[in-house]
Amino acid sequence: MGILALLKRFIFGWFSRRDSIRLGLYGPPNAGKTTLANKICVDWLGEEMGQVSRIPHETREIQIKEQIKLEHKGKTLQFNLVDTPGIATKIDFEDFIKAGLPEKEAKKRAKEATKGVIDAIKWLDEMDAVIVVLDSTKDPYNQVNITILGNLAARNIPVLIAANKTDLKKANVKKVQAAFPQYPVIGISAKYGKNIDNFYSSLFKLVK
Amino acid sequence: MVMLQIVPYEEIMALSSVGRIRKLLNLAKEDKIVLLQGRLKKEEEAELIKATMEEINEDFKGIELAVINPTIENLTGLKRFKNRVINALLGNRTGFTVIGPANIVKQIKKDPNKIELLTSEKTNQKNKRNKRRNNKKR
Repeated sequence: MGILALLKRFIFGWFSRRDSIRLGLYGPPNAGKTTLANKICVDWLGEEMGQVSRIPHETREIQIKEQIKLEHKGKTLQFNLVDTPGIATKIDFEDFIKAGLPEKEAKKRAKEATKGVIDAIKWLDEMDAVIVVLDSTKDPYNQVNITILGNLAARNIPVLIAANKTDLKKANVKKVQAAFPQYPVIGISAKYGKNIDNFYSSLFKLVK
Repeated sequence: MVMLQIVPYEEIMALSSVGRIRKLLNLAKEDKIVLLQGRLKKEEEAELIKATMEEINEDFKGIELAVINPTIENLTGLKRFKNRVINALLGNRTGFTVIGPANIVKQIKKDPNKIELLTSEKTNQKNKRNKRRNNKKR
């Protein structure tokens, strides 16, 4: 990150951080970013943010919900929530066909997904704080996770790791914590709202 | 047959970030598994992913990427600091970066001191497809 960008972040942060924090949701595909975005939006705006699917790369464009006002234990936090497409190093349209999509649609989805990954990476510089959503049933040492976290650290962006899908038997939050001991990690089930109050508490600690 | 291309750090040291990414990606697109001495900067890793996405098509599905860095993870205190200073001055030469084309390398599993490359049958499928295409042309 260049000195100018750091300066911009400092000045931007100094004058506007309290009014319009840009909170990003990052992670690999199908980790539950949009499910978590929907949970936050339903809880505090009364409406969902985007569509979710079992087929990876359902979110292929940056989605923003503005002016979310979160109240927790007498405190208020206002932010713009940015849901980003899942970051991946490979996209194969044949995987979408296997998941049940017709060939034409699978190819279209793959093309849009590649653009989505590029946009998600471009938007890293625009974030004030980030929730990295990981699937706690999967290997946390995946290079995509490490690259995302490394890039956020290089930009001095505060990070909270949400180890999602704790409702599943295979979930292993401790493994996520052991992989990334330098970050706060909170186990949640965005789908069922499990541990969501502690998640909101952690969110306050992250940005306040 | 799987081809492994070893890239010493010296080969990318003098290149710009774009040049490094281009070189590594071109090797992966030639269906070679790249074993790079050292590692890219974090920002370069993200740029590598971006560049990969720009080039994905029906034949090139992307890459598998893994960094294994056993030395630094075991260092503590002054040795760790010394290692960081050397890396900042001379580039990060510790560890290895593995970059494999996704049509060959299905998954890279790693623990601190070893890596496992799970290769895919898709290479054979791709060869069969190319053969079929060539036969049709004839």
